[in-house]
Amino acid sequence: MSDETLPAFASLNVGDEVATREVEFSRDTLVRYAAASGDFNPIHYNDAFAQSVGLDGVIAHGMLTMGVGASVVEEWAGAGNLVDFQVRFTRPIAVPALGSSVVRIVAVVGALDHDVKQARIDVTVTVEGAKVLVKAQALVDCA
Amino acid sequence: MPVNPETVGRTYGPSEAYEVTRIKIREFADAVDARSGAHFYPDVARAEGYSDVVAPTTFAVVIAQRAEFHVVVDPEVGVDFSKVVHADERFTHHRPLVAGDVIQATVTIESITQRAGISMVTTRAELTDVDGAPVTTVLSTLAVREDA
Repeated sequence: MSDETLPAFASLNVGDEVATREVEFSRDTLVRYAAASGDFNPIHYNDAFAQSVGLDGVIAHGMLTMGVGASVVEEWAGAGNLVDFQVRFTRPIAVPALGSSVVRIVAVVGALDHDVKQARIDVTVTVEGAKVLVKAQALVDCA
Repeated sequence: MPVNPETVGRTYGPSEAYEVTRIKIREFADAVDARSGAHFYPDVARAEGYSDVVAPTTFAVVIAQRAEFHVVVDPEVGVDFSKVVHADERFTHHRPLVAGDVIQATVTIESITQRAGISMVTTRAELTDVDGAPVTTVLSTLAVREDA
């Protein structure tokens, strides 16, 4: 944790929108994430393979979606200041061979624990209005 | 062959040590659109109180997934990787990961629950530093379709 960058706990209110971002997922994005993460499952770059396992085509890594969600919160909270982050993946993000899918991330103060000065940040991630994650929650210790 | 619930409690590792580097943190930060300077520049990271550039929140997956792979390929567990969907993921950081850390991971099969033709396989990866101190706990759940 870095005290230098932590948000001031007293300034937070439940319901505050603390960060938002739109990110485009293209095939380039997926290949870059595959290399960075070491996750080379071909469902994330090969349409024919994806279809052979019952998908309509290539989908994004769930961990890419989670990682981008974390980045939006972390830019606000300060690097290294998320002590906990969890998500449940509910809907895969289809990524076209050309062009991109637009992923919208909104981070809101979900709860405040005044005893330990910990903020729960709830992250909503949608594609064309449909949620792709549920129970996406980050914890930030502001003490 | 369905997933074998009798393998709950099985442990793998500790894995080969993984050395966290500045260039890998930068590469991962770029890939997940992480923008804080402390992921990229050692002087910014030091000004924020870190010994070196700090890894993005989900960077630990790079280390955890290598270790979790042992579960997926264990024939006695019986996961058919072509029928796997990632269901849940959780990172609990006991301290931030920074460049220069040398990390080992030990993975345990935490639970296997089966219903409606789907097995939910939850693993817990404990990442520790060279002193054996806890760095990050990674909980990951795979949903495995058991259709014939």
